[in-house]
Amino acid sequence: MTVIEARGLRKSFGTTIALDGIDLHIEEGRILGLIGPNGAGKSTALNAILGLIPYQGELRVLGRNPWNERDQLMRDVCFIADVAVLPRWIKVSQALDYVAGIHPRFDRAKAEAFLAKTTIRRTSKVRELSKGMVAQLHLALVMAIDARLLVLDEPTLGLDILYRKQFYDSLLNDYFDRTRTIIVTTHQVEEIQNVLTDVMFIDRGRIVFGCSMEEFESRYLEVMVNPERLSAARQLKPIHERQVIGRSILLFDRVDRSQLATLGDVRTPSIADLFVAMLESKPGHQPIAPQGATV
Amino acid sequence: MSTPSNAFSGSFDSQRGAPATITSTRTFFWSVQREFWEYRSLYIAPLAAASLFLFGFIISLIHLPARMRPAGIDPIQLDFMGQSENLAALLIMATTLIVALFYCLDALYGERRDRSILFWKSLPVSDLTTVLSKASIPIVILPLLTFAVTIALWILMILLSNAVLLASGVSTPAATPHLSFFQLSLGLFYHLMVVHGLFYAPFYGWVLLVSAWARRAAFLWATVPPLAIGIAERVAFNTSYFASMLGYRVGGGAEDSNSKAADMAVAFMPHFTSGQLFFNPSLWTGLAVTAIFLAVATRLRRNREPI
Repeated sequence: MTVIEARGLRKSFGTTIALDGIDLHIEEGRILGLIGPNGAGKSTALNAILGLIPYQGELRVLGRNPWNERDQLMRDVCFIADVAVLPRWIKVSQALDYVAGIHPRFDRAKAEAFLAKTTIRRTSKVRELSKGMVAQLHLALVMAIDARLLVLDEPTLGLDILYRKQFYDSLLNDYFDRTRTIIVTTHQVEEIQNVLTDVMFIDRGRIVFGCSMEEFESRYLEVMVNPERLSAARQLKPIHERQVIGRSILLFDRVDRSQLATLGDVRTPSIADLFVAMLESKPGHQPIAPQGATV
Repeated sequence: MSTPSNAFSGSFDSQRGAPATITSTRTFFWSVQREFWEYRSLYIAPLAAASLFLFGFIISLIHLPARMRPAGIDPIQLDFMGQSENLAALLIMATTLIVALFYCLDALYGERRDRSILFWKSLPVSDLTTVLSKASIPIVILPLLTFAVTIALWILMILLSNAVLLASGVSTPAATPHLSFFQLSLGLFYHLMVVHGLFYAPFYGWVLLVSAWARRAAFLWATVPPLAIGIAERVAFNTSYFASMLGYRVGGGAEDSNSKAADMAVAFMPHFTSGQLFFNPSLWTGLAVTAIFLAVATRLRRNREPI
């Protein structure tokens, strides 16, 4: 079943074009990572999907028009827009009461069970909780809602590594069940690489790349080339080359693994590496310093 | 990090059966409840005002028997109870009125400032329900709350003064107010609901609209434009229709606006006896204007993003 269907989705703020005619087709049961630099249009796309901003073009989310039917859509859609959007004055018990009061698909017992695993007290106010605890509380509320689509926009921004890992572990172990769909944007790409089923790159309001993770793993290979094999390796037309601690790492698209194994150590590249490679090869883009590159 | 294949086996079954149905009344109830969690001054302020008044009243009771004894029953002293009741009502009314206006100023502004609007909008509550629940606080709920607090205070005052008089052996019916308690209560109820709730509704609507619209300095946006319109009208046409219209509304629709300040203490009495304000067309045009303000506020909330 199709969860999101968009055709020619456009949005501009004044003269700035945030979304430049995006086509999307997202099926049920996927975990899609939306990757892009700051200002690429990720949040704008998510906001349009969630009915928070008006847009041009065609967009159906779970068969509904999100701008006109946001309140009904939110029975089946959940989102965590940011780590810090829970009202600071609310008590944990009040948050539970309120969501239980207004949400038809909220299972309070489930939220309580999740909170029992944390150190969050029912009588605390959100302003008294640490940033990580607020994220846990929000996740507890969201995971107890039997939604069909969950949208996460930088859900772990500013959290330490323990909370981030716990966040995605809980999401996978206690929430995702192949009938739900999750869309996530984050700058900590490496942390969600194993979580995703699909990945999509967005840049300057356009989708520049999209594929499933199976395809990603079978298509792209990265080789840390032995120095003496470098020219042989370059003849296989790598899509990107970078230097790490004096050694060349070449990224290949659709080149046989056994052939590459003769050149050096072969491994699956990280999404971040492919992302950098793709954006750098585009004309008019300032080269972005690859992560960890020294030379 | 756990791999997806492990995680799938550990996931629980989701029973996506028939969800509990949430009636719109229930959503509305929780939306109002939410406001009282966030703005606790809504009930703390009138209770504090009532406590303060009660404290002052108890001190004044010390001298009550002494004043009653020599003079016996005379009309001025009989009026004593009526006056303090009016003063008590006036104090609590003024408090809730101020609280109501500041509540409206922040109601749709605060949620954008602290970004919590993104949380509220992630829940199945429409913008209209949100705006209506926020508007219902000053228009319906605070007048009811003011009424309840005032009546409770009145009863306490009557009981206390009777107790003091009885204890001091002055057996006069001095504590009986010059109007029956029931009449006073009814007058107060009418005044609160019709004047403070319905007749002032355009003010609340306007402030809510500004609260949904302003990016900063909501207080200035709420007060300066009406002031500017009044001044501009004065300069351009040398008239003051706008100002007198506002004055008429602030005065609670009293026809003789000169005497209104003096009569504030018993402001609710004439309306109760005549009951004419309810049939006054300006009440209904005011409500229509309120509806327009709230519709615009709803639209603004739908479009607005966190500041």
